[in-house]
Amino acid sequence: MQNTVRQAIESGVPDPFPYMHPLMRRNYGQWDWHERPRPGVLHHVSVQGDEIWTVRAGTQRQMDTDTIRKLCHIADEYGDGYVRFTIRSNIEFMLGDGDRVAALIEKLGEEGFPVGGTGNSMSMIAHTQGFLHCDIPATDASGVAKSMMDALHEEFIHEQMPNRVRLSTSCCQINCGGQADISINIQHTKPPKINHDMVANICERPSVVARCPVAAIRPALVNGRPSLEVDEKKCICCGACYPPCPPMQINDPEHSKLAIWVGGKNSNARSKPSMQKLVAAGLPNNPPRWPEATAVVKNILQCYKDDAMEWERLGEWIDRIGWERFFAMTDLPFTRFHIDNWSGARYTLNHSTHIRF
Amino acid sequence: MKKKHDTPNLDQLESGPWPSFVTGFKRLAEKNEMMSDLLGQLEYSYANKKGYWKGGTVSVMGYGGGVIPRFSEVADKFPASKEFHTLRIMPPPGMHYDTDILRKFCDVWDEHGSGLLALHGQSGDMMFQGCTSEKVQDAFDAINELGFDMGGAGPSVRTSMSCVGAARCEHSCFNEAVAHRTVMNSFTDDLHRPALPYKFKFKFSGCPNDCMNSVQRSDMAVIGTWRDEIQVKPQEVKAFVEKKGRQYVIDNVITRCPTRCMTLKDDDSIDIDNRNCVRCMHCINVMTKALSPGKDRGVTILVGGKRTLKIGDLFGTVIVPFKKLQSAEDYESLVELAETIIDFWAENGLEHERCGEMIERIGLANFLEGVGLDVEPAMVAQPRSNSFVRMDTWEEEADKWRERHAEKEGVM
Repeated sequence: MQNTVRQAIESGVPDPFPYMHPLMRRNYGQWDWHERPRPGVLHHVSVQGDEIWTVRAGTQRQMDTDTIRKLCHIADEYGDGYVRFTIRSNIEFMLGDGDRVAALIEKLGEEGFPVGGTGNSMSMIAHTQGFLHCDIPATDASGVAKSMMDALHEEFIHEQMPNRVRLSTSCCQINCGGQADISINIQHTKPPKINHDMVANICERPSVVARCPVAAIRPALVNGRPSLEVDEKKCICCGACYPPCPPMQINDPEHSKLAIWVGGKNSNARSKPSMQKLVAAGLPNNPPRWPEATAVVKNILQCYKDDAMEWERLGEWIDRIGWERFFAMTDLPFTRFHIDNWSGARYTLNHSTHIRF
Repeated sequence: MKKKHDTPNLDQLESGPWPSFVTGFKRLAEKNEMMSDLLGQLEYSYANKKGYWKGGTVSVMGYGGGVIPRFSEVADKFPASKEFHTLRIMPPPGMHYDTDILRKFCDVWDEHGSGLLALHGQSGDMMFQGCTSEKVQDAFDAINELGFDMGGAGPSVRTSMSCVGAARCEHSCFNEAVAHRTVMNSFTDDLHRPALPYKFKFKFSGCPNDCMNSVQRSDMAVIGTWRDEIQVKPQEVKAFVEKKGRQYVIDNVITRCPTRCMTLKDDDSIDIDNRNCVRCMHCINVMTKALSPGKDRGVTILVGGKRTLKIGDLFGTVIVPFKKLQSAEDYESLVELAETIIDFWAENGLEHERCGEMIERIGLANFLEGVGLDVEPAMVAQPRSNSFVRMDTWEEEADKWRERHAEKEGVM
């Protein structure tokens, strides 16, 4: 029998309404206010007086089908059969009956899903693919997230931070994990090692040359074959050449380090959105638990927790206390590398006599 | 199935209070060879601190993108996971599911793939991870039959994200799910068949809290806002002050307003100078029961956000300070604006240049002219502070402003 290839139904983004909890459907656009009765639980009330309870729990994001079926079973038995996921891979169970919240929380506890991540807590770390599935990773992602969430678990299940804390990790400088209050990112420290035998076959040389942010790459003839060469004095070791040209190996088990950035904020609340800033680097890429990077993150969070005012995000706290005090409190070294020299750098310098002593 | 590989590094990620992905992988490894070898390769990566995947070309019939191909560089050691492709599938806006559809996804994935699903990737897709080249078409067909379609990858319009919004949030200032679907489903061709200078991302956040991080992570950010006055429930304000105390309200609401437009009066009521409110959301976030966004709601549109490579981090910047999103025409004009922007960028962007990088290169004023938008003071933090500009058409440009304002006043 002749097999005919099925044509895709180009249906695009599916309609969410059939998958939405009926109370959400009925009160769509009609919600009036909310409160958080305890960490991990939201209680929303609509103008009609309808109420919905949401229980938020952490997941491992990369889930086997048995874990997903288990979550479905919990949603059917202890909830109303509807769930949704947050941008940070937390699962939310919606309930029309507040009396069932306690049993659901207990069940989630039994099954090992921590309840929390709401309000002024530290939510799950936004992370990338890493060794598991990325073609250019210098480190893993799920493992870093798991290690840090283990270490900071108490901050997920309690609301004890001055304001919400968002973390991300990224396994290369593209930073798919994104801007966050604290971001743990790979920072390469050595120029790419070029496999000259492979370049001509694999890489489209002009587009690799064009990718370099500092124009350090030029075409060259090496051993009689077309290849590329890098001006190592100019090279900033960003790794931008590596995705389009895998023979330009940037990942280095020893010299690809972890760096910590703080103060990214996308919300407009109080202050305008802000970019994250470098505070620490040179930390070893140390699987399976990355203890050195975790310790730095933990220390920064503790200083923030002890010193920030209520509602102050991490970056806002530093804006108030100043960078002198931040580096003093966290006991992190301030180096020449903290001073920006990229375009726009002059706007990051102190053009005033506003100094804390 | 017998355990094939020792995983001393990964084993250490099974302890601790956070759910362990390794435990799930091991469950799958008992059932299928692919996950058994995948665990082996991951352990190998942990031991050597190196990744061992390379890309390639795999797609489904009729589409160019949406599959992330992965071929192992150490397939000799781990043959069963030699091909481990990911299918990016677009979730419903707000990532709502009933248990029935999730179970169906599990069944499809146990049959055609590895059984490993990431909910969700940073792109906002469901990631069906671990499929052989041979099975990709069957897996997609089965998922597509359930009413779900492939997401974006490569130089294309990418999968979008929107917040829970109107479905469960009183801060919602527009119909996020409808805006998300209306815009995205106007670009299915650009999504499935990569042919743009680079990626283009839309994100939709219902209010200025921007829970989708649209300002830093999307080429076109649609963020809810309002034009009229913050809605105040006077009784609830009084109740809040009574419960939390004046000091708390002064320290955590009044003095935290970025434009100092609030005062707490002697009778424990709150006065808001709404003309100077910048819609930051802080007071509304703190006093969820007493205060809400105004009634004249719509969106602010910002363009050009992206992360570092190549020219450094960029925020999206305002190109439409306020736009209503209510009538069919409002949605049509939103789609038209998106089309105009993408067309202009497709025409003028360099290869691998994001929209924001193009704007940086040509200047916002030229971009606005290119897409037919008028300049407005709300688009800048401040006017220019350097004099390096040629202004011999000053009068012409000033007349444009005068004309627009005469029109506005005429209407009023």
